[in-house]
Amino acid sequence: MATIPVDELDIIHAYGPHRSANVRGTTSDDPEKLVKTHCCFCGQQCGIQLKVKHNEVIGFEPWEEFPFNRGMLCPKGVKRYLQGSHPDRLTTALARDPSSASGFRSMPYERAIAHAAERIGAIQKQHGNAAVAVLGGASLTTEKTYLLGKFARVCLKTPFIDYNGRLCMVSAGAANKKAFGIDRTTNPWSDMVGTEVIWVAGSNVAECSPITTNYIWQARELGAKVIIQDPRITPIARTCDLYLPIRPGRDAALFAGVLNILVAKGWIDREFIDAHTSGFDAVAAYCKEWSLERTSDVTGVPRRAIEQAAELWGKAKSSFLFHARGIEHHSNGVQNALGTINLVLATGRIGKPKSGYGTIVGQANGQGGREHGQKCDQLPGLRDISNPEHRKYIASVWGISADEIPGPGVDAYELFRKIDAGEIKALICCCFNPKVSLPDNQFVARALDKLELFVAIDFFLSDTARHADLVLPGSLQEEDEGVVAQVEGRVIKIAKAVDCPGEARQDWRIVQDLARALGRERGFTFADPRAIFEELRVASKGGIADYSGITYEKIEKQFGVFWPCYANDPKTGAPTPEHPGTPRLFEPGSYNPVAKGAGLFYFPDGKARFNVAEYRPAVDDVSTEYPIFLTTGRVVSQFLSGTQTRRIGPLVDQYPEPRLELHPRLAEKLGIADGDWATCETRRGAITVRAQVVTTIRPDTVFIPYHWGGEKSVNRVTVAAQDPISKIPQYKVCGCRVRKADGAPAYAAKLEPQQ
Amino acid sequence: MAVPARLEFFVDHSRCIGCQSCVQACSECDTHKGDSMIHLEYVNRAHSVQTVPIICMHCEEPTCAEVCPADAIKRTGDGVVQSARKPRCIACGNCVMACPFGVPELYVDRAIMMKCDMCYDRTSVGKRPMCATVCPSQALFFGTREQLAALRPQSKATNQFRFGEQLITTRVNVLVPRVRTNELVDVTAAMEDESKPRGPRLPIVSDAADPFADVEV
Repeated sequence: MATIPVDELDIIHAYGPHRSANVRGTTSDDPEKLVKTHCCFCGQQCGIQLKVKHNEVIGFEPWEEFPFNRGMLCPKGVKRYLQGSHPDRLTTALARDPSSASGFRSMPYERAIAHAAERIGAIQKQHGNAAVAVLGGASLTTEKTYLLGKFARVCLKTPFIDYNGRLCMVSAGAANKKAFGIDRTTNPWSDMVGTEVIWVAGSNVAECSPITTNYIWQARELGAKVIIQDPRITPIARTCDLYLPIRPGRDAALFAGVLNILVAKGWIDREFIDAHTSGFDAVAAYCKEWSLERTSDVTGVPRRAIEQAAELWGKAKSSFLFHARGIEHHSNGVQNALGTINLVLATGRIGKPKSGYGTIVGQANGQGGREHGQKCDQLPGLRDISNPEHRKYIASVWGISADEIPGPGVDAYELFRKIDAGEIKALICCCFNPKVSLPDNQFVARALDKLELFVAIDFFLSDTARHADLVLPGSLQEEDEGVVAQVEGRVIKIAKAVDCPGEARQDWRIVQDLARALGRERGFTFADPRAIFEELRVASKGGIADYSGITYEKIEKQFGVFWPCYANDPKTGAPTPEHPGTPRLFEPGSYNPVAKGAGLFYFPDGKARFNVAEYRPAVDDVSTEYPIFLTTGRVVSQFLSGTQTRRIGPLVDQYPEPRLELHPRLAEKLGIADGDWATCETRRGAITVRAQVVTTIRPDTVFIPYHWGGEKSVNRVTVAAQDPISKIPQYKVCGCRVRKADGAPAYAAKLEPQQ
Repeated sequence: MAVPARLEFFVDHSRCIGCQSCVQACSECDTHKGDSMIHLEYVNRAHSVQTVPIICMHCEEPTCAEVCPADAIKRTGDGVVQSARKPRCIACGNCVMACPFGVPELYVDRAIMMKCDMCYDRTSVGKRPMCATVCPSQALFFGTREQLAALRPQSKATNQFRFGEQLITTRVNVLVPRVRTNELVDVTAAMEDESKPRGPRLPIVSDAADPFADVEV
């Protein structure tokens, strides 16, 4: 039974989100210790020092020695310490209780574990092992993601595990694997400084990955031209050299049109294409269909701007191309990403100190979280769960036979469809708030209602966890240690600063406690994260994401280790305890264990793949009925579904509630003034928020940020269309209509801004 | 203890992304009781995402100190204009009215003026100010002239500002394009320039004033 137990307002009243209590010590008050660790939020993973006193994080101090950010932090990093010692922090297990005013009652931890195990066991006995599913998250440490993947396959024996990176990195990951055979940004960010051109495709860098701004500005200071492709004039676009005001959902067309010009003008590297790639001719033939006129008509980018982009990119000697969710959150997301890769490969500018390609990851462990086995089709080391050799190796590490490992499961959204269809009866969810973050989320809420058992592992009662039968109190990032891989592919170490409060437990302990209570504890008796990491090193060995040469000590000594890092030389097999890792991929003369010397890329022939990156119109595109593009994204002061940042007072104050951005020409046509309540309707439903009238957005497009829940959640109206390969949802475009609202929405009088 | 002369503050407004990291970090400091001493404003959000961070410019001849009837504002030998001294400040607000950069603020509840003191507790012991340390775009930069020359070859520092008849020299520098010829920033003249309405000007194509001119609604 996983319906909301009492009126949701009563749950909010008890469990928040409330604003943080002010735990700020005085700055003259010396902390007992400064803990060198990393921010808990985005994929930049900035180094930070936490001030700790009396087992509380009381503030921060910049960590200027950490080379990636050298002390720089965004406002989320500055205020992240306020998530600890929070009045909403869960310190006991909770059981659903409709007779309680808050909808839940506290339950002793051991009883909650026993109860959860008993129910899971009963459901599996009655409906089969696959009736239980697991959802993980990419903010978890790599140790936890590894353990969750193993837990689903070995303990629960279910194929159904997936994670919230499905909303984030899968289009980039799929494209990277198709083109390069490896899924990682190719260069350290420091390589960007000194390059000639930087093309940022669909990334609001200044708000979503603020630290990267300085790298881009620094590159520009040394002469780089900056091209920004976005439907909005974001802060990074404001002073760029060339702005490409693309119509939402048309990115693949733009890349094809630009490549067509490159080919026609001869601005390609024939030598590189011939020596190091395959498939170029088919791509060139496809791009021929994209004349300048057609490209401009489809993309909405003026012809001269397309020509200028081609010229800047084509004539450069060195370049970087970055993309993020702006081109990936599409039902054509993999094709969009492949379109960028084709531009990179055609010019041969990859694998060099000042030339590279990367995807800007969204979550703390957006990179590492997809490498070691919580993704439905993968096993540790970026191994393929359908590959017999890969299954055999991982089975040997896990001490089971290969046929005991279930086959591939389904993506996170499909998993909810299976819940809705009654195939999946029980869900264990850790570090994922799908009721806010998945598209068409009223469907997700209805699916949650149908679960026979919903166990949430969380540190705050998230919007999703309000549906839970049992809530197991998990750990904040600063309450545990482990590794994550940040945006550059650099594996770094999260240090433990404080203990879990009350009966809260580190998530890996909770998972192991469940395994023990289920009577299936073999393989789940790790004493600490280091022990999990040691097994992960072995499990990753020989895979693409090879961590075998990484140790906690090496990470600390080197300020992170770029994977792959080999314990044994992949060519000779000789032990390489001092292997430094691989900051830059595909360098001339480099050796990798897939190509075995045949070439630079991770395929048996060593060649990168051109892939025809076809433009397909968006699902639920604009129409006469829904004539305006709706696009969604982040603001700088909030993070993902807001479970943490909507509880941090100063961040709430910075941007309290979602607003609908629209251009004054559109506003005038619709009769909407700045600050008016405006209703945005799609085929799924409607959302009413205040309008913000600005000239910094395409006049045919509106934007609403996605960090809020309930009636303030823009994902009530986004479309659940998914990319056929990556299964990423199409958050960045759907048709909508907008009108001035009939007065304030009901929530305005009842809820605080963050609720 | 003093701020070493070789360490200077450089502000490049063109880099600012409006993230408020500086504001949030400044509010952490206990010497001003959790309030931010930095003003970060949109210039005109309806038409641009441009934001401008304002820290104290630490004038050579600080107007705030000159107009203070209680002699509460001191400029130390290292060129830092200190915040008002509690025992002397009478919260009259003269400094607030007089500062050409709009920096000091009156805290009526505490009956005192407070303003940016360049993180004196940090800078006087060799650390960087908090705002310049955390700033993700490095619009706020604190370092030496040599570092600046290496990092910002396209910029030059200026520390002279004209406000009508008043010429001001400051310890804090503003970065302007190297190609610029005039040696000082004529602030009041620039304000008159800005009064003309203008849409976003982006280098989409050189002759298009509005990048969205062709978009139909």
